[in-house]
Amino acid sequence: MSVLVYTESENNKFKKAAFEVVSYAKAIADQMGTTVTAVAINADNSESLGNYGATKVLSIKDDSLATFNAKKYAGAIESAAKNEDAKVVVVSSSADSKYLAPLLAVGLEAGYASNVVEAPSSVSPFTVKRTAFTNKAFANTEITTDVKVVGLSNNSFGIVEHGISPSIEDFSPSIPDSGVSVESVDKATDKVSIADAEVVVSAGRGLKGPENWGMVEELADVLGAATACSKPVSDLGWRPHGEHVGQTGKPVASNLYIAIGISGAIQHLAGINASKVKVVVNTDPEAPFFKAADYGIVGDAFEVVPQLIEKLKAFKAQNA
Amino acid sequence: MKILVCISHVPDTTSKINFTDGDTKFDTNGVQFVINPNDEFGLTRAMWFKEKQGASVDVVNVGGAETEPTLRKALAIGADSAIRVNTEATDGFAVAKQLAKVVQDGGYDLVIAGRESIDYNGGMVPGMLAAMTGANYITNCIGLEIDGASAKATREIDGGKETVSTALPLVIGGQKGLVEESDLRIPNMRGIMMARKKPLNVLEPIDAKAETNSASFEKPAPKGAVKLVDAGNIDELVDLLHNEAKVI
Ligand SMILES: Cc1cc2nc3c(=O)[nH]c(=O)nc-3n(C[C@H](O)[C@H](O)[C@H](O)COP(=O)(O)OP(=O)(O)OC[C@H]3O[C@@H](n4cnc5c(N)ncnc54)[C@H](O)[C@@H]3O)c2cc1C
Ligand SMILES: Nc1ncnc2c1ncn2[C@@H]1O[C@H](COP(=O)(O)O)[C@@H](O)[C@H]1O
Repeated sequence: MSVLVYTESENNKFKKAAFEVVSYAKAIADQMGTTVTAVAINADNSESLGNYGATKVLSIKDDSLATFNAKKYAGAIESAAKNEDAKVVVVSSSADSKYLAPLLAVGLEAGYASNVVEAPSSVSPFTVKRTAFTNKAFANTEITTDVKVVGLSNNSFGIVEHGISPSIEDFSPSIPDSGVSVESVDKATDKVSIADAEVVVSAGRGLKGPENWGMVEELADVLGAATACSKPVSDLGWRPHGEHVGQTGKPVASNLYIAIGISGAIQHLAGINASKVKVVVNTDPEAPFFKAADYGIVGDAFEVVPQLIEKLKAFKAQNA
Repeated sequence: MKILVCISHVPDTTSKINFTDGDTKFDTNGVQFVINPNDEFGLTRAMWFKEKQGASVDVVNVGGAETEPTLRKALAIGADSAIRVNTEATDGFAVAKQLAKVVQDGGYDLVIAGRESIDYNGGMVPGMLAAMTGANYITNCIGLEIDGASAKATREIDGGKETVSTALPLVIGGQKGLVEESDLRIPNMRGIMMARKKPLNVLEPIDAKAETNSASFEKPAPKGAVKLVDAGNIDELVDLLHNEAKVI
């Protein structure tokens, strides 16, 4: 019996979310009086997972898993879970993990709770808190099956350090055939994605037109942030659809969310409310966003943002 | 081609969310219900297949009689017939089990569901349904073309998108992008009149036990007031973000 955790990597390097899910799995394992086994697929540096609480790593090196495939990856993790007699399997909330988790749950005959934000309040019965109604509420959800799959919401638990030297085992899972194959990938490699970002800089219709996004990108650059936008901005074609955040767009759960020229409509707020600290810049002091934000500046984005960029550059130079 | 569109009946996006019975039940008082936005994009794409390539389009919901107006709306938009599996939607797994039976009995080639419902936010029904029926599965789907039995789809990934090829039978989790916002249809009078005559078949559920149970709900703790910083004093904001909020 153990807690199994799937640790995602990209170009053989673990993603930050991998360290968070291991930290989280360790908290569950402690509650259950067991240990954490991590599954790593084509990743280097497996021993680094010990720093976050893994006692054992099943290292899979397989060319047929060179690019992500939900069914194959789910099959590999299922095989590891069975091998370990895992009672709980933890995954992240990345697009890939959310894709494979339902397949994995069916394969393991496990109940699945997604968007979980805390360590279980109890492991018997197994009860977790998850977001529901698009961040307008939380549900305390009991998983009643013998094996459980838990999807952890990104940035909700944080990274916790443990000094374990894990044992590394090569593992050859059985991998199912998949009827889906990737033809091409179109991905900006130099940009932080909204899902991975700790800081998100987002702008709305208050910016007047696509030509004004230079300062938004520059601000994001200074902060190492991802850029996002409100729905009308992507509907108008000012920004790509992939940047649309909110109830009907991408969810944001960053540490810092900066909203520039966004009014703060309920559908927008629902999708970004899971962010820890929210800053708003808006000319209208009555804009609803001020009720949802932690910090606010009533002012013109075209004056405030360039200044903010300068001040942050100075701050960074000082703290470098 | 036989298409089934899964329709989740959800509170309108402007709804205030409250709970009753000691925070164990969603309070439907005064709440408007709508087709889940992701499902609306899927339904519109299904109508495109019907009109451009020839397909039959059925819609399905697992739920009580209260969801019928939402199914009628889907019929008014243009679906041919509707199915309601008459049982409470207790969890994603139980819903997927009911849907799997409908898919198998109906011999559907393509099942279009939403990437996620805006009430439960499980992001699990289509994936589970695909695994249960042995169909191919693509989620976060923002583009879909069908040619005979083969399919090409575009999928949103973190930081970009990818193009994939696959084959029917197929289940997708769709979202905005499958069609443009401006292509969404508002039912017109004729559609609404016709929808009244279209079949809405109520099926009795099979035995399918939930695997999870949302025993209680809570609302986020109320937030403190916003701290306003003067537009002429941006240094203060940088200082607050660094020393107080500790996010930079
Ligand atoms: C079914 C449905 C789903 C939806 N889903 C989403 C969703 O997922 N995400 C989403 O974002 N929206 C969503 N919406 C739309 C939402 O209701 C709002 O219309 C939208 O969020 C408004 O975008 P905005 O704030 O950019 O624009 P606006 O509402 O036009 O606000 C612009 C703001 O900019 C301010 N401003 C103007 N000039 C300046 C300046 N120079 N400097 C600083 N501030 C300035 C204005 O005071 C104003 O507050 C949805 C709507 C519906 C009906
Ligand atoms: N009760 C239901 N009846 C029919 N389809 C559903 C139901 N619940 C969820 N779905 C479908 O599954 C998708 C994802 O839902 P969820 O797993 O709850 O996020 C929705 O967008 C619908 O297409």
